[in-house]
Amino acid sequence: MSIYAYLVAGYLVLIGSYGIVRSRHMVHAVVSLSVAQGGTYVLLLAVGYQRGATAPVFGSTTKPSTDVVDPVVQAMTLTDIVVSATVTALLLALAVQVNKRHGTVDPDELAALKG
Amino acid sequence: MHGTAQLLLPVLVAAPILVACLLVAAGPFLPRRIVDSLAIATALAVTAAAALLLVATGSGRRVSWSGGWQPVRRVTVGIPFVADPVAAGLALLIAALTTCTLVYAWHYFDETESHLHALILFFLAGMEGLVLTGDLFDMIVFFELMGVAGYALTGIKVEDESAVEGALNFGIVNSLGAYLSLAGLVVLYARVGKLDLPGLGDALAHHPPDALVVASFVLIVTGFLVKAAMVPFHFWLPDAHASAPAPVCALFSGVMVELGLYGVLRLFWVVYGETIPPADLRRALLVLGVATAVLGSAMCFGQRHLKRLLAFSTIAHVGLIMVMAAMLTPDGIGAAGLYVLGHAGAISALFLITGLLLNRHGSADELDLFGRARGERVLLVLFFAAALALVGLPPFGTALGVSIAVHAIVSAGYPWILALLVLVSAVTAGAVLRSGMRVFLAVGPAPEHSQSAPDETTTGDEERDTRPLQRTPGTMLAAIVVLVLGSLAVGVLPHGGEVVAKAAERFIDGSGYSDQALSSAPPTPLHAHPAATWSPLGVGLGVLSTLLALGFAALGLWPDRLRLLLRPMQAGMKPVRALHTGHVGDYVAWLFAGVAALAALVGLPLL
Amino acid sequence: MTRRTRLVVFLVGAGCVTAMFVLAVLGMPEFGGSHHVYRDLAVHAAVKHRTANVVSSVNFDQRAVDTFGEETILITSVVAAAVLLRPAKGETERRIPQTGRNLAGTRLLGYVLVPITAIVGLDLVIHGHVTPGGGFQGGIVLATGLHLLYVTGSYPALDRLRPIAAFDVTDALGAATFGAVGLAGLGFAGSFLTNVMPWGTFGQLFSGGTVPVLNVAVGLEVFGGIVVLLAKFLEQDITVASSGKEGES
Repeated sequence: MSIYAYLVAGYLVLIGSYGIVRSRHMVHAVVSLSVAQGGTYVLLLAVGYQRGATAPVFGSTTKPSTDVVDPVVQAMTLTDIVVSATVTALLLALAVQVNKRHGTVDPDELAALKG
Repeated sequence: MHGTAQLLLPVLVAAPILVACLLVAAGPFLPRRIVDSLAIATALAVTAAAALLLVATGSGRRVSWSGGWQPVRRVTVGIPFVADPVAAGLALLIAALTTCTLVYAWHYFDETESHLHALILFFLAGMEGLVLTGDLFDMIVFFELMGVAGYALTGIKVEDESAVEGALNFGIVNSLGAYLSLAGLVVLYARVGKLDLPGLGDALAHHPPDALVVASFVLIVTGFLVKAAMVPFHFWLPDAHASAPAPVCALFSGVMVELGLYGVLRLFWVVYGETIPPADLRRALLVLGVATAVLGSAMCFGQRHLKRLLAFSTIAHVGLIMVMAAMLTPDGIGAAGLYVLGHAGAISALFLITGLLLNRHGSADELDLFGRARGERVLLVLFFAAALALVGLPPFGTALGVSIAVHAIVSAGYPWILALLVLVSAVTAGAVLRSGMRVFLAVGPAPEHSQSAPDETTTGDEERDTRPLQRTPGTMLAAIVVLVLGSLAVGVLPHGGEVVAKAAERFIDGSGYSDQALSSAPPTPLHAHPAATWSPLGVGLGVLSTLLALGFAALGLWPDRLRLLLRPMQAGMKPVRALHTGHVGDYVAWLFAGVAALAALVGLPLL
Repeated sequence: MTRRTRLVVFLVGAGCVTAMFVLAVLGMPEFGGSHHVYRDLAVHAAVKHRTANVVSSVNFDQRAVDTFGEETILITSVVAAAVLLRPAKGETERRIPQTGRNLAGTRLLGYVLVPITAIVGLDLVIHGHVTPGGGFQGGIVLATGLHLLYVTGSYPALDRLRPIAAFDVTDALGAATFGAVGLAGLGFAGSFLTNVMPWGTFGQLFSGGTVPVLNVAVGLEVFGGIVVLLAKFLEQDITVASSGKEGES
């Protein structure tokens, strides 16, 4: 099925969001957010793919006239991955501090903000 | 069109980043005063550069293609910076507001060394980048930069339990919004093969609005609407404001939230303006704006935590700005722009004053602070001036915005919106006035006798932002005064309305944006906007709002007198208040419900 | 909301969003097709600027502003995590506990692998414009390679070789170099992040103009940033304690 890859990407985003909705632990919620972001990477790379094309790095074996996959989406993905690692770290740092202040990281029990 | 003004465009983004890197590397070894001065000097320099840019854009947009990748036959691989008057004006507002908050923070946070200043400068760079870039992926990147700096600034008071919880909720919800935007962008890229706004606009011009185009629009706009705190994406904002430090709240409410609206409108006019019918968008924005304004004002009135009260007021006013902008005419957009400028000064001043009260008296709770600020005359005057600016009393900038909006709204055929404008301003300003009267003037019954529901809403229990202050520092007062005067100046400056309406006309011209960026076409001449000025109806509505606000304040101060009237309203608000749980799972559920609603609003009429 | 209500609201919303997404996907070009407009332009531009790794060319030459934004996000997150994990009021930093034992063989493995990983990482960074790799990937390899000392050895071993202030400076220096090169492009050629250095010969080490320079800048930044990030997390766990009682490790 030619749209299978895109559906997988959409599924990842949805299952990550589902994870946040049903989460009982903030670290689990942050990691689910990472899963959702992974879905966007799959979508990016799937959009750029071409059957039979090779990696967009030229050298002695790959001449500049050969077919390559889309390098732009690969560029977007690779910078995004490293950045998301650090953003996840930031959110986990917040989770560590939440644990220290509230004594719990269960969203059902965090009650400082309501109304 | 040639000239050096376009060289300023990348400098506005790169300069704060470079200075912030310097502060990261050398900050721990520099004395605190040097760090403060460096940060303030940088923000001032960016303000000056933005002002120069604004003047230069008077004669047409300024375009700078990065990397030297000038378009050839309207096609390129590079990323443009494009500044039209609206973008330059927002850039100026961002930089000026950041300067004021940095001056205010002169005495803040000794224990974070230079990191607070570095984070604020990164935040400044992110906002400037969002406003000045002409590439959609770049907009999302700078949007994420703003977000990351924002999450850190919100949670910076790590000892405060609501700060870290609020920051985590803010982080998860906004990041998810950004990822949905990215998904929408990729879907569009698959069809069109471009990422720059002018190129996307070219590609989609006269393209039929099929499912892919509409889906990409809905998804991309989601991230911006989350930032703009439109209902039902708004839940993170009161949480984030509840215990972020006051200067950070001022930046968030003053300009960050409004940038979400800018993103939506810029995207619409440059990229989707010739494929999605404007009437379709107008309906969607009106529904969202009205819902946001009503919910924000209703929740605002019931708060006792001052910062949360002001946060809901921001939500309500941004809803009003959305409603004004939804007219999609130069007068409507011009009115919204003026309102943004006037509102920024007012709400920022109110947040800074609240921060001052927190630091002097150790509480941000309206009832705990009852009468404790009785002797502080200067703060009293500034507080009430800012509250009047918020409600839209002429001649503040907000009132000029309303005056011009009146013309736009009536010409578009929605006179009932005028009633909404008056009521929402009155309710929110009434809540602010009520709290001011309690805190500064000890009006009304003392807290033991007044009605409140302490287990229903967050109390104003909060850690101080800084060590306790014995007297109000001059730097903090100076920042607040500048903000209030700024709000006044926006309304008073001659031809202000005309200038902003012309800027709005340039903003709406999406195909002109693409033409000028891709083929250096000369700017089209602009029309005159004689209706963009004070009108008797507008002035009257402003005065009416103020009187109603005083009435609502009285209602809040002496609720026992009008118990019969209040009880059904309080009963009605109970389920709405119950929805604001502070639980991140709830927020994500509402996020998806909101995307579905938006898709229905935009997509179903096009089937 | 109760868990059930929350789930129902989410499923209704997500269901509609899924339907919309599927309709959109049906309108997308088929997976694996050959119509990629931007790819053709990017490859042409990369070859014109003699950069063999087209992805690096896109990242550091054609869409360098994006990468500038992303690497700024990186340093911002590192600063953010550092500030959020600082010892709060009422917490103190205690001495590093000398606990645990590990086999001499494990430690030897670590000491041998650390320089090898470092060389691989440096190779990834420096040759990022001619082979797959680049500053981002190489920086991560370098940073995690250093932490082999902790994984196979002990925390004190890592701590000796890891002056945090120096890595902070490395991080900031890398980020600032990127911006400085950009502004140099603005000064010399009138637009930000222009490729103003000589482009050299295709496939050689000194080719691609500013692309290898920016690669190294990003490599430094990622290396410094990730080390600081991991350092703050480890400190928070191992050495920060509430006053009056021992913290858990």
